Amino acid sequence: MYAILVVVVVFLAASVNWTKVHDNFWAPGLGGNWHDLILTGLKNTVIYTAIAFGLGLVLALALALLKLSPVAPYRWIATVYIEIFRGLPALVTILLMAFAVPIAFGWHVPGGTVGAGLLGLVLVAGAYMAETLRAGLQAVPKGQAEAARSLGMGPVATMAHVIIPQAFRVIIPPLTNEFVLLIKDTSLLSIVGATAGQRELTNVARDFLTSGPTAGTGTSLTQVAILYLVISLPLTRLVAWLEKRQQRAR
Amino acid sequence: MSAVTVEATSAAIHVSALHKYFGENEVLKGIDFQVDAGQVVCVIGPSGSGKSTLLRCVNRLEEPTSGQILVEGIDITDPETDLDKVRARIGMVFQQFNLFPHMTVLQNLCIAQRTAKRRSKAEAVEVARANLAKVGLAEKESAYPAHLSGGQQQRVAIARALSMDPDMMLFDEPTSALDPELVGDVLAIMKQLAAEGMTMMVVTHEMGFAREVGDKLVFMDGGVIVEEGDPREVLADPKHDRTKAFLSKVL
Repeated sequence: MYAILVVVVVFLAASVNWTKVHDNFWAPGLGGNWHDLILTGLKNTVIYTAIAFGLGLVLALALALLKLSPVAPYRWIATVYIEIFRGLPALVTILLMAFAVPIAFGWHVPGGTVGAGLLGLVLVAGAYMAETLRAGLQAVPKGQAEAARSLGMGPVATMAHVIIPQAFRVIIPPLTNEFVLLIKDTSLLSIVGATAGQRELTNVARDFLTSGPTAGTGTSLTQVAILYLVISLPLTRLVAWLEKRQQRAR
Repeated sequence: MSAVTVEATSAAIHVSALHKYFGENEVLKGIDFQVDAGQVVCVIGPSGSGKSTLLRCVNRLEEPTSGQILVEGIDITDPETDLDKVRARIGMVFQQFNLFPHMTVLQNLCIAQRTAKRRSKAEAVEVARANLAKVGLAEKESAYPAHLSGGQQQRVAIARALSMDPDMMLFDEPTSALDPELVGDVLAIMKQLAAEGMTMMVVTHEMGFAREVGDKLVFMDGGVIVEEGDPREVLADPKHDRTKAFLSKVL
């Protein structure tokens, strides 16, 4: 089996025009202000991911609690919300939030179209994480809530001190996974107009496809791709490690 | 507030005409039942007889379908009643212990004191340590539940309930999940509590405990109270055929 694999790899490597690959993906001389711009882009990618994850998590917790509510209309609201925002492509949600919604409702989200697009990402992230949180909350044995309530703890204290902390232990691996997905999804924000200081990694790279000394080559994208991997690979390894540790703890 | 309430105030727990359905299935078929202050009442019966459901109705972990339950004269089936306040006065011990696994023993004992009783941290810790000492586990305050034996976990659960300074204690088969050699430690603490005058309602299979400590024994079967009376008399000379049949199997 491995022999076949080696043959295929060698054959592919031999058939590639390495000069062309080099010129298109690793052209020298990005130079100029590339270095500064890419650092700004990296910073913005991290900030956008953190905002989408943080606000998305708060939204997800609210949705998960609604979904577990004994009141049927609350459950319906959560279900409808989750189904809509998981059913829509994230890119469509971002475009709608950036262009259609502000005009329709006369809003001005801080950060202009990027801010509005980011809000779209929050809405999508909340829908995905809500299902993860609901599963985590339901995984806590019923006796835990009964013990807390029988001690006279109210529903809010029971959730905050007994149920949610135990749920989070279960869902840290899937939540980290969600975080990695969000890092990559921030690249979708490159579709909406951004000021120079607001651009994240993909947006910065896109500019260099058509301008600067490497215009017409994919060099800027290659470099950004490596940066994405540098951020996300350690996190996916962390997820694998967390899952392994959790299995052992059982 | 009618005569019913006045009469019932002498009782710690007063249950009248209690019915409970799970869907179509009637689990409690009209229970009238009383526990006086300071009394130890043991409830026995085959599984599915409704004894645990009755116990769980007393602090409304189960919602009664109809009937009235007065706890120290307070109608807990009344929607106006502040359930959390009443529950804080009723300690409950579960078959599966239900300690909070993400907290140390001391935190387990403090959390409800802090949130429900609004005690200061220092006071909560002081009460917790006193109760841990009482159940003989003072040295385990920093341990997590997973590192304790079943018997130790159940003793911590008793200490946790006692830390709320309850007026009465409900025990739902407290020794049924324990290895036989660990049962004695838990029963010893329950005996001590009874001797101190704690009002107790105990669903149990420990006939020895019922005989030795109980003031009243209640035999349930098929959702009704079949027979009740002095534990020594009921165990030695059951009047009802169903009681006889059950006791011949367990004794």
